[in-house]
Amino acid sequence: MKADKVVLEKIVEILQPHVSGGVEITPAMDIESDLAIDSLKSMEILANLEDAFDLSIPINVLSEVRTVEDLAIQVQKLIEA
Amino acid sequence: MGLFDKFKNISTSIAVLEDKCSAFFHIVVEDLLSSTEAVIDGRKVILAGTNNYLGLPLRQECIKAACDAIQREGTGTTGSRMANGTYSSHIEFEKDLSDFFGRSTTIVFTTGYSANLAMLSTLVGPRDTVLLDADCHASIYDGCRLGGVQVFRFHHNDVEDLEKRLKRLKSQDGEVLIVVEGLYSMLGDRAPLADIVALKEKYHAYLLVDEAHSLGVLGEKGRGLAEEAGVEAEVDFIVGTFSKSLGSVGGFCTSNHEELEIIRYASRPYVFTASSSPANIAAAKAALSIIRSEPQLRVRLWENATALYGRLKDMGFKVGPEPSPIIPVRCDRIEEAFRIWNGLLENGVYVNMVLPPATPDGTALLRCSLSAAHSRQQVEKIAQAFGAVQSPV
Repeated sequence: MKADKVVLEKIVEILQPHVSGGVEITPAMDIESDLAIDSLKSMEILANLEDAFDLSIPINVLSEVRTVEDLAIQVQKLIEA
Repeated sequence: MGLFDKFKNISTSIAVLEDKCSAFFHIVVEDLLSSTEAVIDGRKVILAGTNNYLGLPLRQECIKAACDAIQREGTGTTGSRMANGTYSSHIEFEKDLSDFFGRSTTIVFTTGYSANLAMLSTLVGPRDTVLLDADCHASIYDGCRLGGVQVFRFHHNDVEDLEKRLKRLKSQDGEVLIVVEGLYSMLGDRAPLADIVALKEKYHAYLLVDEAHSLGVLGEKGRGLAEEAGVEAEVDFIVGTFSKSLGSVGGFCTSNHEELEIIRYASRPYVFTASSSPANIAAAKAALSIIRSEPQLRVRLWENATALYGRLKDMGFKVGPEPSPIIPVRCDRIEEAFRIWNGLLENGVYVNMVLPPATPDGTALLRCSLSAAHSRQQVEKIAQAFGAVQSPV
């Protein structure tokens, strides 16, 4: 499954303020190691995504997510469910 | 690639801390002088970070009850509650707790951590939903993870945010359990329980309140926030620990849902661990009796808490949102937290230092917890120590 472009762009927009040093976020980036976003911050970002997509996103999805694209795929699955 | 390589980031953080604040890793109570004083690193200090809210671990009634239990029943039960580890003292204490809380059914667990682990991993399953306050304790998160329930967080103490998330869940199958705490362990603030109860009723959810820090601390009888807020009948499950006000080790869940009994048979953290030692049960039982008979301990605790909160606030420290026996002092920079924490220790005061990511909002916290056993003079000494290490404005 590939992430929808619109979903991916929205996620990048939400992640960007949490990333320091002007790093340009790409889909393949590892959220923890490349973007230095820890588990606590990930849960806060998830809440922002819930509001942005008016969607319920359980924190359980984080165990399936390593990269930005993984996150977009999980969100897309929930939108389509 | 070695087994321990994944801990590289932690090792790096520890090395930085060791360099800047080495005492943090070497806090050993060398001699406990009283409920509020100890010798640490050869220096006598006032303990202001122990969760020992009522000073009961050194009360003679509790010590004697524990010693008698050891003489009578030995040092450990060597078995699970489901096998040979249920003694009459476990059953009696479950009845005591049911009577204290005015509920039909209580289960005693081996620790407070395992009480939450057991309840959250068993009561709800993958078809159900948990909505928890973002600042809930790690044991609540861990229990949810163990049982595989769908978990959604709402912003700390934000009732509007909770309702927004409840609305979104409307079409989902399964039951909904809301989980909050009586007093939050880091910021020392109460949950807005009456408002949360109203939402629980409106959306036909269940409600679990962890009263770990509020048992013996809040409510006219010491039953916690549910009692203080006048909503005990609407709270489905109360979870608590023996390791704070009760001065022992253990945990419990109490409820008017008589079906709670079935949890004993379905919960791995209940079945697959040794039961509480006779001494721990006896000490907690004696402590509960003191909580029931000495409401003046709560009065003294709150006098001490209010006094220190006011003094620190007046000095300009960024204290928590409301007066509480848990008083956090926020530091915007970690280096500032190191400096103040070290300075307090040098001035004879021990408090907890909590660093991100363990803190709710990414700031460093110096966390004080007060006790009924602190004297007025000790409270003043704690305030003076903070004053001595305060940065010049």
